Amino acid sequence: MPVDIEARVISNTRLSHDYNVIALAAPEIAEMAAPGQFVMVKLGRGSTPLLRRPFSIFEILRTDGPLAGLSLLSKRIGVTTQMLFDAVEGDVVSCLGPLGRPFSAAAPPTEAWMVAGGVGLAPFASLTEALRARNSSVTLFYGARSARDLFYLDWFRSRGVRMVLATEDGTLGDHGRITMPLERELHAAVTGCLPPSREDPVAGGLQASGPDIMIYACGPEPMLEAVAHLAARYGRPSEVSVERVMGCGLGGCYSCVIPVRNGAKGHHYVRSCLAGPVFAGAEIVWD
Amino acid sequence: MADFSVKIGSLTLANPVIAASGCFGYGVEYADVVDLSLLGGVAVKGLFLAEREGHPPERIVETPAGMLNAIGLQGIGVHRFIREKLPELRERRATVIVNICGSTLDEYVELARVLSEADGVAALELNISCPNIKEGGITFGCSLTGTFDVVNAVRKVTWLPVIPKLTPNVTDVASFARASEDAGADAVSLVNTFLGMAIDVETRRPKLSNIVGGLSGPAIRPIAVRMVYECRRSVKIPVIGMGGIASAGDALEFMIAGAAAVQVGTANFVDPFIWTKLLDGIRDYVHRHGIARVSDLTGTIDTTAREKEWISS
Repeated sequence: MPVDIEARVISNTRLSHDYNVIALAAPEIAEMAAPGQFVMVKLGRGSTPLLRRPFSIFEILRTDGPLAGLSLLSKRIGVTTQMLFDAVEGDVVSCLGPLGRPFSAAAPPTEAWMVAGGVGLAPFASLTEALRARNSSVTLFYGARSARDLFYLDWFRSRGVRMVLATEDGTLGDHGRITMPLERELHAAVTGCLPPSREDPVAGGLQASGPDIMIYACGPEPMLEAVAHLAARYGRPSEVSVERVMGCGLGGCYSCVIPVRNGAKGHHYVRSCLAGPVFAGAEIVWD
Repeated sequence: MADFSVKIGSLTLANPVIAASGCFGYGVEYADVVDLSLLGGVAVKGLFLAEREGHPPERIVETPAGMLNAIGLQGIGVHRFIREKLPELRERRATVIVNICGSTLDEYVELARVLSEADGVAALELNISCPNIKEGGITFGCSLTGTFDVVNAVRKVTWLPVIPKLTPNVTDVASFARASEDAGADAVSLVNTFLGMAIDVETRRPKLSNIVGGLSGPAIRPIAVRMVYECRRSVKIPVIGMGGIASAGDALEFMIAGAAAVQVGTANFVDPFIWTKLLDGIRDYVHRHGIARVSDLTGTIDTTAREKEWISS
């Protein structure tokens, strides 16, 4: 059951000129939250902005004693993210949550491969903690425009996460999109280290071989689509966290819909706040 | 303890605060955060006979102190509603106002028939005012004879209170309230959203897939209050007021202008826990003003010349 907390800002760390991590004293939400769930956030009491905005829960903040709260990873692009960027310790952020359907955490021997694009890193800190608690092997494929847009690398490394990076300008990791190394590694895992080729793994009957891998993705929708298609092609399940324009987060407004498969009728719109934000990649009808 | 009940035709509501249609799903979505039995009523999302997919995204966009929506009445249809949602609403003791939409007059009549036989429906709200769909609905709501005909036809087939929901996108909304009254409506509710649009200047594309949408939120409140005031002076049946209510003071403003009850929509998106705050605020007001019955507030606007008041500092 979601709660609305007037959460005090514990700290606000600027990671770059547009990214920040804001820690909020909302232990009641942190207590209930599962990886992949989100909160609806509002700053200020006025009508600008009017509506709350959805944010994936980034970290669950633990101290020695009780839970301290949670953090959000934010990129400054609009009014609310600007206010989150500018917030200082002691400010109050209205925080409604936890909301939505979480990721299903893979257990050994299934390997967990997380694919993050930009601010899509957000749900993977808490997912990492949940996966590591189960002793799952975790890999993070993390892509951004440039090396300076990749954050928390040491945080993930220190938790035993294998890192595969890509930048569009080539300043760190693979030069290009993150789906490039993902495809290369999927191909290697499934075919037993054969070099990538145009050969279709489905036609080659290779899907059933290799380790069990669960693929998680969060980032721009074209990336999610590409990841879902790669996962399907290599016979691995995927879960993607989508971001749609959301009005309420509780199923009241019907704005955040996404088309999912629906038998003979083709597709059906479901509310991503209730049925998601995490969906099986195979469930979504990509444009 | 003041009497909080209000009468809408033959229906008595426990209090004047109703969740507005289109802003509260089918009510059951909110059952975890709101005790539905505490609300005066729950107006569920508009229903056609059949299921509807609605418009593709983007379906909403925020605007100054408001939002535009063009959902396109996505819905599960009346039969699934009765099977899948109504039992839970009944169990949770919600006062259910079913909002119905038709492409034709016959569809409104059939919806009214079906719902009159269902167990747990308190009233019918006729959606003749959705600005976002091409067929039906607003074509009735923008014509005086169309409004009369729909209300009259539904009136003949149901014993339930009939509440046409009026559109503000007409020159004189009070004449539509009169047409509704003449046709046998038990009450009118207003306003539905104001037709508007927003454009991304960089791409020159509309921000909604439907190009136009309905404006709601605090931005429309003064216009809605004026329209409720006009309707109250034109008809004897109760007026249910709505449009940008976000606080107890806003709700009281509508009641003083002439509303017997109010509906709250957009503010519920911002604060799903708003209901007890609204009721507490109204309770505090009637206590402070020594009002015995909340219903005594309706239409008590004082438009006489103001006497100068000596306020000592």
